[in-house]
Amino acid sequence: MSEPTARTAFHFHTCWELPEMLGRRAFDERELLEHLEEVPLDSIYFHTHSSCLRQRGVPGVYPNDFATWAAIQVRDRVLGEKLGIIDPHEYADLESLRAEVVSLIDDHLAQLRSVPRIMFGFGEPFYFMQSRVLEIPTGVKVRTLREFRDALTTIDSGAVYLHLVEARGRKGRRRSDFAAWVDEQLKLPDLAARMGRLNPFQQSLEDIRRRLVTLADEALDRA
Amino acid sequence: MSEAVPTLEDYRDVAPPGTVELLRRLSERVRGRRVLHVSTSGKVGGVAEILRRLVPLLEEAGVDAGWESLDGEEAAAQVAARLHTALQGDEERMPPETFDDFRTFTRARAASLELTADVVVTHDVLPAALVDARPPEGVWVWRCHLDVSRPQRRAWTFLRQFVVKFDAAVFSLPSFAQRLPIPQFLVYPSIDPLSDKNRDLAPSEIDAILAQLGVPRDKPILLQVARFDRFKDPLGVIDAYRLVKRQHDCRLVLVGGAESDDPGGVELSADVREAASHDPDLHVLELPAHARREVNALQRAATIVFQKSTREGFGLGVAEAMWKSKPVIGGFAGGITAQVIYDVTGYTVNSVEGAAFRARQLLADPELCARLGAAGREHVRQNFLITRQLGDELALMATLLR
Repeated sequence: MSEPTARTAFHFHTCWELPEMLGRRAFDERELLEHLEEVPLDSIYFHTHSSCLRQRGVPGVYPNDFATWAAIQVRDRVLGEKLGIIDPHEYADLESLRAEVVSLIDDHLAQLRSVPRIMFGFGEPFYFMQSRVLEIPTGVKVRTLREFRDALTTIDSGAVYLHLVEARGRKGRRRSDFAAWVDEQLKLPDLAARMGRLNPFQQSLEDIRRRLVTLADEALDRA
Repeated sequence: MSEAVPTLEDYRDVAPPGTVELLRRLSERVRGRRVLHVSTSGKVGGVAEILRRLVPLLEEAGVDAGWESLDGEEAAAQVAARLHTALQGDEERMPPETFDDFRTFTRARAASLELTADVVVTHDVLPAALVDARPPEGVWVWRCHLDVSRPQRRAWTFLRQFVVKFDAAVFSLPSFAQRLPIPQFLVYPSIDPLSDKNRDLAPSEIDAILAQLGVPRDKPILLQVARFDRFKDPLGVIDAYRLVKRQHDCRLVLVGGAESDDPGGVELSADVREAASHDPDLHVLELPAHARREVNALQRAATIVFQKSTREGFGLGVAEAMWKSKPVIGGFAGGITAQVIYDVTGYTVNSVEGAAFRARQLLADPELCARLGAAGREHVRQNFLITRQLGDELALMATLLR
């Protein structure tokens, strides 16, 4: 049986992130909260969604910068855990995500007698950042699952980020570009569902790439 | 002997998959555009070392890349050195004539340089004043490689009047950023995996170099490579080693040295040598700056690498060690915290005891060493190789010229 061929090819794009500093810093959790209410949404995005872009090969302690700072720099493990469980994709938009982070910190502080802060000399302040993300066409276009699988092994992990995270987080798509194409073009809804369950906030981008290849291999074996 | 300059293609096997293609695609955005880098020196120092590799790669990527330096006058070098140390927090008072000398020198050099380009990047202090002679066209970027997180205020106020005339600034760490009315980008420094300091070495080559240096390989080696100044805390490393030594037979190798014009460093160097004189397992090696292959071999032979600084710029020695799959125990300072992921690629510590505890833990658990080492190499591959820095430079150009 011949392999399903897509009418519309999947065109891999990748990206390059250029981080930019906002000149704002927080030394304690109250300051973090206050800045969080004011910083541009791009900064919320940088410290949550695109955090995984900076943990491509090796996942960090927590999948977002706020949780990592609270746990490591302030040594407030409770707040680190509360923030660490946040999945950016569960929020309709960045304002909702901002509101959730602010509320979590506010609730946490309400239960404490003093505001946790970094100890001078033993912890780093939180530096607010944002970034410019340049989207770059790779020139790689595929029409079959096998071509898709082979391309995944050679493209850089920025492409995985772009089609998985930016597609949903910045472009507001319901699911990742990979899952959408496999479902709509290759008519493989089961594989699309499996791909849709991959979470870049629980695994590194390199792990996701490997998992995507494995899922494609399994589907090809079954065909 | 100078090293051969690698081509972009040479990095294909060491950079993350797809990187070379990505860089070629990214470079299409700025192909044919001219970038001019201006550094204080074209021969010595970290900036010259970076540009020597980066400029040919930019050219290969299709950018019309140029590099000018302000070499030439001893007096100017002294002015630059004074400003550097003041900007990095040294409390020595800057005499007013330093600022006058600075202006006089840079004004004269500006007249002799062709400063027309789509993007002009001036590195650190001395070339920053060239911005006063900027032509109407072109984007100007101030690239600061210094730790200016706690500058001497007078020195920073002087420099700031030039910096605000740029279109953007680039720093190596978020903590170095300043209150400025221009965009401030973050570009981490990088290591070159193909340089003599970082390229793969055959086991026989490592053995031969260590034998030559008089370091036996009969027991685990703890290593710190850093000049002898108090911020690098070599005496703290020795104390930590002694705590480790109570439970694990090992050697400590300190590679460093002190500048002859730094009395504190010379005194510290003597203290370090004194400590080593009573212990045959403690080796103090003062190697010249060009002994890159020797440092490479020592890092590869080590079981654990320390970078126990109490104050640090970026501390690229950490990335060098991690690239060689070594777990790193680093001080909680400067760029070390940006490189070491706690319990993933190594540990950051705040005390001698903390350093000793983690070293004991690692020596007792070779699997932990291997896990942290492998993660460290991958972390460097993704974040601290020169290919990433090249991409940042191209992205910066593309962003500013958009």
